[in-house]
Amino acid sequence: MMINNFFILLRQELVITAIIFILLFIKLGKDKSNESLLHIINVLLFVNLLIGFFPMLEGGLFNSMFATNKLVVLEKNILNFAFWIISLQSYAWLKTHKHVIEFYILLLSSLLGMFFLLSSDHLLMFYVGLEMSTIPLAAAANFDLTKRQSSEAALKLIISSAFSSSLLLLGISFLYGTTGTLILSDIGSHLSYNPLQIFAFILFISGFAFKISAVPFHLWTADVYEGAPIAVTAFLSVLSKSAVLFAFISILYKAFASLSSMWYLVLIVLSMATILIGNLFALRQENMKRFLAFSSIAQVGFILIGISGGSHQGSSSLIYFILIYVFSNLAAFGVLSLVSALTGKESIQDFKGFYKNNPTLSWVLTIALFSLAGVPPTAGFFGKLFLLMAGAAKGNYWIIAIAALNMVISFYYYLRVVKAIFMDENDQPIEKLSIPIYPKIAMFICIAGIILTGFLTVVYDYINSLSISL
Amino acid sequence: MPILIVSTALFFIGMFGLFTRRNMITMLMAIELMLNSVNINFVAFNKYLFPDKLNGLFFTLFIIAIAAAEAAVAIAIIINLYRSHTSIDVEDASEMKF
Repeated sequence: MMINNFFILLRQELVITAIIFILLFIKLGKDKSNESLLHIINVLLFVNLLIGFFPMLEGGLFNSMFATNKLVVLEKNILNFAFWIISLQSYAWLKTHKHVIEFYILLLSSLLGMFFLLSSDHLLMFYVGLEMSTIPLAAAANFDLTKRQSSEAALKLIISSAFSSSLLLLGISFLYGTTGTLILSDIGSHLSYNPLQIFAFILFISGFAFKISAVPFHLWTADVYEGAPIAVTAFLSVLSKSAVLFAFISILYKAFASLSSMWYLVLIVLSMATILIGNLFALRQENMKRFLAFSSIAQVGFILIGISGGSHQGSSSLIYFILIYVFSNLAAFGVLSLVSALTGKESIQDFKGFYKNNPTLSWVLTIALFSLAGVPPTAGFFGKLFLLMAGAAKGNYWIIAIAALNMVISFYYYLRVVKAIFMDENDQPIEKLSIPIYPKIAMFICIAGIILTGFLTVVYDYINSLSISL
Repeated sequence: MPILIVSTALFFIGMFGLFTRRNMITMLMAIELMLNSVNINFVAFNKYLFPDKLNGLFFTLFIIAIAAAEAAVAIAIIINLYRSHTSIDVEDASEMKF
């Protein structure tokens, strides 16, 4: 019985471990061409995605260190899906790269860390999962070994993540000292407004804010996003951010529920600063990757507004928004990675007149940017709507006013890119790019997701039926 | 508890070192200091407040192991950075700003 549970509850983690081992054995064997390797890997990842959808037991393992339920499985499926899309998109870049297998091993071990992070019910497991998800990413950020910017980005990532995790650890140690337990579901009952606990909580939240790059802890984000290879940037901005946000909301709502009147204020201040500064800095960016970095900072601000509501709707709107964010951000990154892999161009200037030779790619990028901005027919609008509704539940309508003003600012810079693509003249526009089949599939799925997720109420209802509240 | 004073002092010495030192290896050492101060915290809490369980001690072991892994990756990155920049001063690794 025990063994059975082990295999059923840890199924997704075991599958990823198996894939890592398969890749290691392929690496040991004789050399294969990159294309056949990528076929094998993409099929394996698709199988990995499918396995997540089989019915699942709920329960805990290892003295409740590892706990899983339907919500966690849903979150893991979203992450698996995003990883599969990233893998499809980076086909054009990896086809000519020397180290395909290492790339996948690094990113898969980071994904494995995220799964343990999501399933953790114990602060030790939580910390191990968090580190396991960030350390391989720093190595992956340095993946273009000869590029100067790439190693600079990796250095910034590892130093800032080590610093933030030591803040988090100091918080954990004070929590342990004042409550005497490390089990997340038990901590809640031991909390009072003891000053040391409040200090611990502040350290805890600043550690988290580093990982989700909320202002004032955002300074590493843009540099790392610009320097890292695009596939790793997409991974950082979508997967690692959403995994930490999932963990953040479950810890806030489960462990720190009794401090809710305090973290409400903290989150409001953080979210206002994050939206405003993210938007203002996005205005002056010329590099597409930096631009998407600041736009993702602004999106995190909206997410924080949703979380601050503290209601059932807060958590369901967060997961719903992240699903949409996965679709729209990955559609944008898909176009970018294709253009960058085939031409090496990354700045907004280069995208002038992009529509002339590449109408399909232009439309994909435009729809993705509209969804990020929150224009009504796309799903991004519904995601932001639900987030703001969840945030307004406590009656603080001025938050909504500020958020609305910021959405106007954000329209300016999203539409600036759209204008460059469709209207601006360019003597040497990017020539016609041939899209390989895998990125084509990925873009098709992303666009379908952007258009359909908003209208299929089933999606939101399903997420809502699983969500947690304070 | 005087031990908490020691560990807190150590933590902030580490933080000060991280912010003021310009040598990457020294910055890594500063981070190790911060992590070690957390270790002292855990051991002290475990010994004096909750001696019946070994939670804190085990946490320390994990922190040490993970800090070693982190240092390994960071040093690999620094070596690679040294190849392209021929310097391990952080001021030289500042191509990307704002």
